[in-house]
Amino acid sequence: MLRQLEGSRAVAEAVALCRPEVVCAYPISPQTHIIEEIGALVKSGQLVDCEFINVESEFAAMSVCIGASATGARAYTATASQGLLFMIEAVYNASGLGLPIVMTLANRAIGAPINIWNDHSDAMAVRDTGWIQLFAETNQEALDLHIQAFRLAEELSMPVMVCMDGFILTHAFEAVEIPTQEQVDAFVPPYEPRQVLDPHEPVSIGAMVGPEAFEEVRYLAHVKQLQALDLIPEIAAEFGGTFGRRSGGLVSTYRSEDAEVVVVALGSVLGTIKDAVDDLRDQGTRIGVVGIGSFRPFPVAAVRDALAGSRRVVVIEKALAPGAGGIVATDVAMAVAGLPLQTHAVIAGLGGRPITKSSLMELFRLAQSDLLEALTFLDLDRSLVERELERMARRRRSGPTAENVLRDVGIVSARVT
Amino acid sequence: MKFYQTGSFAAGNRLLPLEQRSVQADAQRTNSLNSGHRACQGCGEALGARFALDAAMRATGGDMIAVNATGCLEVFSTPYPETAWRIPWLHSLFANAPAVATGVAAALRAKGRTDTRVVAQAGDGGTVDIGFGCLSGMFERNDDVLFVCYDNEGYMNTGVQRSSATPPGARTATTEAVGPEPGNVFGQGKDVPLLAVAHEIPYVATATVSELRDLEFKVRYAMTLRGARYIHVLVPCPLGWQSASADTVLLARLAKETGLFPVFEAEHGEITGVSKIRRRVPVEDYLRLQGRYRHLFGTSPRPDIVDRIQAIADRNIRRFDLLDDHSEQVSSAGRGERGP
Repeated sequence: MLRQLEGSRAVAEAVALCRPEVVCAYPISPQTHIIEEIGALVKSGQLVDCEFINVESEFAAMSVCIGASATGARAYTATASQGLLFMIEAVYNASGLGLPIVMTLANRAIGAPINIWNDHSDAMAVRDTGWIQLFAETNQEALDLHIQAFRLAEELSMPVMVCMDGFILTHAFEAVEIPTQEQVDAFVPPYEPRQVLDPHEPVSIGAMVGPEAFEEVRYLAHVKQLQALDLIPEIAAEFGGTFGRRSGGLVSTYRSEDAEVVVVALGSVLGTIKDAVDDLRDQGTRIGVVGIGSFRPFPVAAVRDALAGSRRVVVIEKALAPGAGGIVATDVAMAVAGLPLQTHAVIAGLGGRPITKSSLMELFRLAQSDLLEALTFLDLDRSLVERELERMARRRRSGPTAENVLRDVGIVSARVT
Repeated sequence: MKFYQTGSFAAGNRLLPLEQRSVQADAQRTNSLNSGHRACQGCGEALGARFALDAAMRATGGDMIAVNATGCLEVFSTPYPETAWRIPWLHSLFANAPAVATGVAAALRAKGRTDTRVVAQAGDGGTVDIGFGCLSGMFERNDDVLFVCYDNEGYMNTGVQRSSATPPGARTATTEAVGPEPGNVFGQGKDVPLLAVAHEIPYVATATVSELRDLEFKVRYAMTLRGARYIHVLVPCPLGWQSASADTVLLARLAKETGLFPVFEAEHGEITGVSKIRRRVPVEDYLRLQGRYRHLFGTSPRPDIVDRIQAIADRNIRRFDLLDDHSEQVSSAGRGERGP
């Protein structure tokens, strides 16, 4: 049924259709609307045989999911930003124990300075935790990815994180197609755990592993991720057949077949990028787009294939590795190693900075003209930066950077365009 | 009534009716924690865990799941690929055992399997320090979990560092016996049994490994209740306390008989019973057996610090009303008179 829904609500309904048995969360913007809605569905009796637990921290939320999943229950949580970092020890633990927990990550920046708006710093901070990380471009895809995520997680016995841009998707109202319970039941069979805490067949889970086997255990975690490279497109294809729309998969391409310049990105910014690409195509520029749907596992072969014919690759990423540069761009560079093409990292949209079509158009023109540097910061206000650098050079006790810059900016709300 | 004298006031098991005999005396006992694990000789935690979990197994007919925090108990019981556990057992992290247990209980509820019961266990570090946030949350939500803390008063697994359960004056690797105030400082620390009482959960009890029948009883009683339950067991650690392995049970008894470790029960926020001191002994008798208090005696003795520890015991005795008409007073055998 096609309904006009907020992204969070759409995700909550998708999760409910997957019949989770334990849902546990701690509120953090911009994840709140998702768990509020699931809480209401449980409390009202619309979502049955499900325990909804309000806990005292994100660390507890993931820990409750660990206990529930190890006992054979389908477990779900959602978080963002600081909350994800607060639970990170348990995030590693969930994948190490091979527990098929599904988590929504409403992508948000990480402080300090504290910032509640969207970027991908949180997702990138946990890229090596052993979770599968899927990125949604639209609310429809966010909804669809959750249904695929439970299948994927339980078939591989590993946790899956569905990343959706905070506010941009979570708080946006869009028309989404909500599948029926029968459709979802057919697609997501009941959870059959590989190993379960059962008094009739007692097992010890979580034993210590020393140097004699630890590397092998970690290698097998890598192998499992590689298995996901096969399973993600299979499940996406089956989903397309059942539900009649394309969602998920490793990578998506847009007008990239004959492109000289290919723009690579994750998440909702792909929409703006496609608009800019359409305009440039109209002007005769051979430019296209590759969207990365699965960041972990990183689809090296699929990315390489998608970029092989191009001359220049521009990776737009909403996260920064200070002291190094791009994060996604590093993985892309690894994928295209040896190919005769240039890769560029463009850091954009940090802390909710709007990524505008006009800025992108300008950026892509520079790339087309061979004028783009290896690492660029989109719409960086150089004068603000210079003023603070001067202050720091002038005086050792020049004060806190964030507050100094804000004073220079003046009233912020008047400047957001 | 005294049965026969063992020096410990212990009642001989064979004098008791069958239903009152120790779980451990039963040839059919379950051995939740099997022999062959790698605990130190004289480990109080291994003793406490075996009695607590066997009692829980008997109470539940073996229909239970255990969650374990990181720590000595976890390390010595599950050196991969071996395990000493004969119950379904899950170890996740150091700080999250209460929350993991909540998850197990929630899964069982969602599946309609509430006959299966959940016990979580941790040392004092995993309970009173790093795990306390999750523990308080589990208490506050009244989740259907029995949480057992085996308190050996420090981080023994990592080499004997101070925890907030380390008593004043005790030497640890991070509260060395040096300087004008040797050992752990006074005026700090956390009384988690009383904090559990303040959560007004259905049941809170303390126990020691000197009175294992009492521990068994409390576990059995706890398993008749639903909701959050907490048992805090004092488990001497020969390594960390620098005591003789053979003295573990004796030290546990002295901790109680000095008044330093009050043994009590509480239900829904109210203290419902205390174990009276049967033979009151000065704290010095307890301290002298432990190398972690060595700096209080010997060539440069610190009777002032011993007095401060005695004052803590005296306060506990007043506060919990630990003496009654049957309590005997025993003066220290090796203790010289101290002036006023």
